[in-house]
Amino acid sequence: TLLPSPLLIMVASSRSYADFTPEKVDLHRLEEGPPLTATLTREEGLKYYRTMQTIRRMELKADQLYKQKIIRGFCHLYDGQEACAVGIEGGITLSDHLITAYRAHGYTLTRGGTVREIMAELTGRRGGIAKGKGGSMHMYTKNFYGGNGIVGAQVPLGAGVALACKYLGNDQLCVSLYGDGAANQGQIFETYNMSSLWKLPIIFICENNQYGMGTSVERSSASTEYYKRGDYIPGLRVDGMDVLCVREATKFAADHCRSGKGPILMELQTYRYHGHSMSDPGVSYRTREEIQEVRSKSDPISMLKDRMLSNNMASIEELKEIDIAVRKEIEDAAQFATTDPEPPLDDLCSHIFANDQPFEVRGATPWTKLTSTS
Amino acid sequence: MVSPVSCCQTAGGCCPTASWYLWTDSDSCSDWTGSFSRTSRSSHSEDRSKMASLGCFLRSGNNAVSVVLRREFSKTPPAAVQVNVRDALNQAMDEELERDERVFLLGEEVAQYDGAYKVSRGLWKKYGDKRIIDTPITEMGFAGIAVGAAFAGLRPICEFMTWNFSMQAIDQVINSAAKTYYMSAGAQPVPIVFRGPNGSSAGVAAQHSQCFAAWYGHCPGLKVVSPWNSEDARGLLKAAIRDDNPVVFLENELMYGVPFDLSEDVLQKDFVVPIGKAKVERRGTHITLVSHSRCVGFCLDAASVLAKEGVECEVVNLRTIRPLDVDTIEASVMKTGHLVTVEGGWPQYGVGAEICARVMEGPAFNYLDAPAVRVTGVDIPMPYAKILEDHSVPQIKDIIFSVKKVLNM
Repeated sequence: TLLPSPLLIMVASSRSYADFTPEKVDLHRLEEGPPLTATLTREEGLKYYRTMQTIRRMELKADQLYKQKIIRGFCHLYDGQEACAVGIEGGITLSDHLITAYRAHGYTLTRGGTVREIMAELTGRRGGIAKGKGGSMHMYTKNFYGGNGIVGAQVPLGAGVALACKYLGNDQLCVSLYGDGAANQGQIFETYNMSSLWKLPIIFICENNQYGMGTSVERSSASTEYYKRGDYIPGLRVDGMDVLCVREATKFAADHCRSGKGPILMELQTYRYHGHSMSDPGVSYRTREEIQEVRSKSDPISMLKDRMLSNNMASIEELKEIDIAVRKEIEDAAQFATTDPEPPLDDLCSHIFANDQPFEVRGATPWTKLTSTS
Repeated sequence: MVSPVSCCQTAGGCCPTASWYLWTDSDSCSDWTGSFSRTSRSSHSEDRSKMASLGCFLRSGNNAVSVVLRREFSKTPPAAVQVNVRDALNQAMDEELERDERVFLLGEEVAQYDGAYKVSRGLWKKYGDKRIIDTPITEMGFAGIAVGAAFAGLRPICEFMTWNFSMQAIDQVINSAAKTYYMSAGAQPVPIVFRGPNGSSAGVAAQHSQCFAAWYGHCPGLKVVSPWNSEDARGLLKAAIRDDNPVVFLENELMYGVPFDLSEDVLQKDFVVPIGKAKVERRGTHITLVSHSRCVGFCLDAASVLAKEGVECEVVNLRTIRPLDVDTIEASVMKTGHLVTVEGGWPQYGVGAEICARVMEGPAFNYLDAPAVRVTGVDIPMPYAKILEDHSVPQIKDIIFSVKKVLNM
């Protein structure tokens, strides 16, 4: 057998696909875009593979637990979109900042959360990343501001984080994500305006997975060229199923921001296998054939795997071992998430105010006096 | 026996201390002028209770009232400086901007215009573009930006030109600011102040006159304050800026120009008024009046008038809407046995309604000799014509009438 080679020059965006057309990067108000070739090291490849596989299996496990009614409420799964979260993180560092909407489990992981604490948050246990207080849509880590439930609200928040970066002069930037559905929100245009006026170090990223809940992009948006919607803001559109494309585009965008040029907008063309949330089978507004076609032709994990195998960057056994390790990690996490106790009732009223004296909170009746601690 | 002078509201309501006298040539004040007494002296205890913060003021933009102000020497030491509410807010922000580099101000017209109501006058000249930021007219966007900046470690002051415009941004105030510390189980504090004028002004009609005390006061995760005088304004704004939590700061445009005496203590750089603590502005024994913001002044005026008839009102200035200082209210009601709440906002589901409910549910109920009642704004959108507007807000006569009803006089 051939030994895996450590280094490879690869052509980015080499995939062609029926409904997704980019054979190059589409540019808006940019003379030049990210390089069309990228270097992937074996180490990077294995890391991206493992992270994407972890997200994939974590989301599928969440699906399972939801159907068993161990997870309840809202659960918006990210499987299919893994290349976005992983690719973006490949283009920035953990000292940069990121904020997204409610489809946030993948980002919580790439931003430093563990599968254990993510799953325990989904099951509402005290070991959850938000101690069971937040749930699926409200997970936070350092320099990761959630997980936000109100469509579009995270975008101005992200610009505020970017403003703080500029204010503090720390050369950091903020990645502010939103979907094709949110892209029509007025507050996003307000944010484009202020970010440009004040040259904030923000990368706007539209994760276009073709559907805002049950409404396809053609039915929601007069212009589906989301990378151009920033108007005066330079934009680029790349294949969001290709982790290298995403990474290179993010690096390009980050350079743009850090050079003081102000905001830039990236559209990632991607796809979600699940419906909008666990209460949506996801087939009333799209066909099973379409979902299957994306799975077979554009799955981000398969694409990376094929690339690595065909270029001798890894062996099948190696990748299988990663798969096994990932499965085990997910199983352990699920075990923890289902056995960890729920938060104590004492925690009910805590975390209302930061750095405050404990105070009384009215309970459901006038005789129920509860205490809030910081 | 003190005879403090009062002007009725339409002439420009004054709230004199025992050491101030007001003469006016307005016809509508003729009822009161007869009771001036230049030689009468206030009792020592009344001096102490009144010396803290009252002064005379002219109502901005209304009928001209010629005023002669005279200050009488009293037994208590003279107040240090006269400062109006606008300047108190301005100085508080200036001092806090100087104290902590992470503090900054953003909003419409706050920088080069010196503030739509001049509250931020001079700050841009002193601190520049980085710390005093003019925003476009995009409340939802800039409120979100302000909250995001707070997430990332800055301490923004986000001004709404009036609180009416906050409705465009209310999602950011509630869902992004108020709830985040809880949802993150303490991982993400939000040290932000939202401030601006609240409630009715003069002739600005329905869309510009709403009081939001009850709306924001409803929400856990927010602190909501409503200063009345300059001491309140200064101390509460400093406290709000230093607080690590989202604070809704409800000012009042008609109070901006009103001067009050501020003692040396109050002018200290570290003077703060604790959030969540009401202040008894006037001690009394017969009935408790609980109020916030501009209506506190009306309560004191009503109390002066009632005092002549032998009714001694205790006037409680809430200062904070949320958390509500129930202890101070209950202690007062347990002393007087009677309660009237006074607010500018609408009656239904309002601040007064909450106070009455709390009193019902607590120990003070057993001390009530009569049902508690509320004096509120009239339950209508604010009309424009002066005569209509005047009858849309609580007047001093409404307070007096209610007190007498509750006391069965």
